[in-house]
Amino acid sequence: MKRYSFAAALLAATMLGGVANAKTLVYCSEGSPEGFDPALYTAGTTFDASSKTIYNRLVQFEPGTTNTVPGLAESWEVSDDGLEVTFKLRPGVKFHTTDYFTPSRDFNADDVIFTFERQRVADHPFHAYVEGASWEYFNGMSMPDLIKSVEKVDDMTVKFVLNRPEAPFIANMAMDFASVFSKEYADKLSEGGNVSDLNQKPIGTGPFKFVAYQPDAVIRYAAHADYWAGKQPIDDLVFAIATDASVRQQKLIAGECHVTPYPNPADIESLKANDQLNVMEQQGLNVGYLAYNTKVAPFDNAKVRKALNMAINKEAILDAVFQGAGQAAKNPIPPTMWSYNDAIEDDPYDPDAAKAMLAEAGVSDLSMKVWAMPVQRPYNPNARRMAELIQEDFGNIGVEVEIVSYEWGEYLERSKAEDRDGAVLLGWTGDNGDPDNFLAVLLGCDAVGGANRAQWCNDEFNGLIQKAKTLSTQEERAAIYEEAQVVFKREAPWATIAHSVVFMPMRKEVQGYKMDPLGGHAFEGVDLAE
Amino acid sequence: MLRFLIYRLALLVPTFIGVSIIAFSFIRLLPGDPILLLAGERGMSEERYQQLRALYGFDQPLYVQYFNYVGDLLQGDLGNSIVTKRPVLDEFFTLFPATIELSLCAIIVAILVGVPAGVIAAVRRGSWFDQSIMGAALVGYSMPIFWWGLLLIILFSGILGWTPVSGRISLIYFFPPVTGLMLIDSLLSGQAGAFKSAVSHLILPTVVLATIPLAVIARQTRSAMLEVLGEDYVRTARSKGLPPRRVIGLHALRNALIPVITTIGLQVGVLLAGAILTETIFSWPGIGKWMVDSVSKRDYEVVQGGLLLIAAVIMIVNLIVDVLYGLVNPKIRH
Repeated sequence: MKRYSFAAALLAATMLGGVANAKTLVYCSEGSPEGFDPALYTAGTTFDASSKTIYNRLVQFEPGTTNTVPGLAESWEVSDDGLEVTFKLRPGVKFHTTDYFTPSRDFNADDVIFTFERQRVADHPFHAYVEGASWEYFNGMSMPDLIKSVEKVDDMTVKFVLNRPEAPFIANMAMDFASVFSKEYADKLSEGGNVSDLNQKPIGTGPFKFVAYQPDAVIRYAAHADYWAGKQPIDDLVFAIATDASVRQQKLIAGECHVTPYPNPADIESLKANDQLNVMEQQGLNVGYLAYNTKVAPFDNAKVRKALNMAINKEAILDAVFQGAGQAAKNPIPPTMWSYNDAIEDDPYDPDAAKAMLAEAGVSDLSMKVWAMPVQRPYNPNARRMAELIQEDFGNIGVEVEIVSYEWGEYLERSKAEDRDGAVLLGWTGDNGDPDNFLAVLLGCDAVGGANRAQWCNDEFNGLIQKAKTLSTQEERAAIYEEAQVVFKREAPWATIAHSVVFMPMRKEVQGYKMDPLGGHAFEGVDLAE
Repeated sequence: MLRFLIYRLALLVPTFIGVSIIAFSFIRLLPGDPILLLAGERGMSEERYQQLRALYGFDQPLYVQYFNYVGDLLQGDLGNSIVTKRPVLDEFFTLFPATIELSLCAIIVAILVGVPAGVIAAVRRGSWFDQSIMGAALVGYSMPIFWWGLLLIILFSGILGWTPVSGRISLIYFFPPVTGLMLIDSLLSGQAGAFKSAVSHLILPTVVLATIPLAVIARQTRSAMLEVLGEDYVRTARSKGLPPRRVIGLHALRNALIPVITTIGLQVGVLLAGAILTETIFSWPGIGKWMVDSVSKRDYEVVQGGLLLIAAVIMIVNLIVDVLYGLVNPKIRH
């Protein structure tokens, strides 16, 4: 306690005494982190407070892009058969020194092995280090099936042996769950009998080190003086937690914070008009869609699906639901993603042609259900309203629509059923910037009865995405994904509705902030003008 | 008095059992499944789902889960949050002081303003003061808290810049919590300006949270006073020639206070309910916000543990009120 108080007093003194010397950036975040071990969680709010600030990964996303660049690994090699990936580690990387831990050595292969084995191996001492520990992202990305073993070649070389070739593996290594932990720190906690501190008092190699967390109120970080990529331009980083969007906006205007995410769409114009603020914007790496059940008649007929798609007035949806903060979607992957096929033409909005096409398919007096999600998501800020607009559009071509909804967990579960009655509104935000993460996860044959809400298994499409997984160069893979998108458009298992635009208001003195297409919020490299 | 106290304490046992059953079943009656919510859109395989159900013990029959829960409870273990993995009791005690501080300030303001306002309104019945106070109380009572809070923020923090928007203290002050009550901790920290900052952060949330109890207390005081002022003993006191201040202060108010104390006791539940919204608006790190977040995440352990603890607090406060009531009105003791 004494040491803590001393550190606290010291920090307070520097913050109070030398505002000119110590630069503090305040970020008004939208919620509390669930913990500080990102591999235990799946929420972006938790990642912002842990993996994006405190940790590094072997491979990282270049800020502002989905390109992978070296992180804690300087380089990597994939064997010819695609089954072995060998990472050469970066020398001289220091873990954080805090009042609760002083590292005695630099980062090495043991840390990498600890990081993955604790998630992978059921009898690893840290596999269940907190009650109810589960590694949902690691599992969700099929890592337990994919990784055969993680081996230490030497102190600075680690080899992953895979069960099958998997091109997106490198991108997966840049995801939050792959944040590298200190084995030395974990061992120390083990000895002291307070292992749950791994999730409460984090130690990493990242740009900021953890100072203190007052639950639901404030998280404090300080710049890591020995950061391998150089000390940050700011000295202190503070997350002030404010869950209400209107309150965050007031705090930003009042100067109580420098940056804040998720403004109310209705407030964007007034924020843009404020001369003390900048409003950055970027297309989100997401898609909102309506998935038909392609296993149930008459939706098993591509012509019927196509006709319904032509009846949807996407522009009206963009105005009413996204309030302009969106872009009509024609493909299942967003335009910022590599392999996006821009040559594809969207189905025109043409109710008359849609009506004729339905008649041609021999369908009349059709009535159907449309499922509306009960929650707000970036890819669909108001599913109820969207469902009502679609109800009206379908009504215009003589299709009667009943809107149904369930509690969110129920909704996700029930919509997986292969004999589900009705078309489902849902969406997806990319995990790793790889097209496989949309096309295989949401539309592959393996995902039928799961995340493939259209229950769509098309041999031609599935063959293409399986083939792409085994190729190693991005050019080769991109050509195949472009072809797959043509098949998707022809078969129309979904009505692709929109990709949202994400806004990020900040004060003018904030410099060098880069918006993350994957939806995270990171402050590496950000500065404050004097 | 002792018998009264023992009787009241004994009543707590069945109440507590009832609350534990309600707290346990309430969250389970809501549709939704914490495990499915853990995975989100990403989903999980059936096999994985069953593994996790077994991990959390949700695969057992409900009555077994309940008895396990009560068994742990009797040993003082309220379980761990499914979301944060931290012990429920730790989380509660980290956040509870913030709620106490805010609620205490709100109830003190409500009493200090509400009781005199009610007394004056009763004494000057029908005057412009009475009418405007009672009109304001009616408005206060029906005020939607969320809207009221935002309105005050926009006016006092946004336009006038007099008060901070939200939080408990300015971010430049940083000291480890000792009591968890920011007013006290800021004084203990010895940092110049910290106490002032803590007070300025308390003003708006206190006003918002005090609004409804203040309205209720003012109205209750007024009607109780009116009733008492018509009593024979008050008339007698007046006719004896006692000064009006003494009549009102000693004879009338003391008797009028009995129902007012009950009302104040009942406001504790209202305060905690109001704290949920107030804490959300002002980013106040208390248990109201904690409960709301936990319900939406179907964090069974936190919701049932939190409900139980909040119920315990309300029961204790009610007990204290009953004892006070017994002190003020000896008739009740029997």
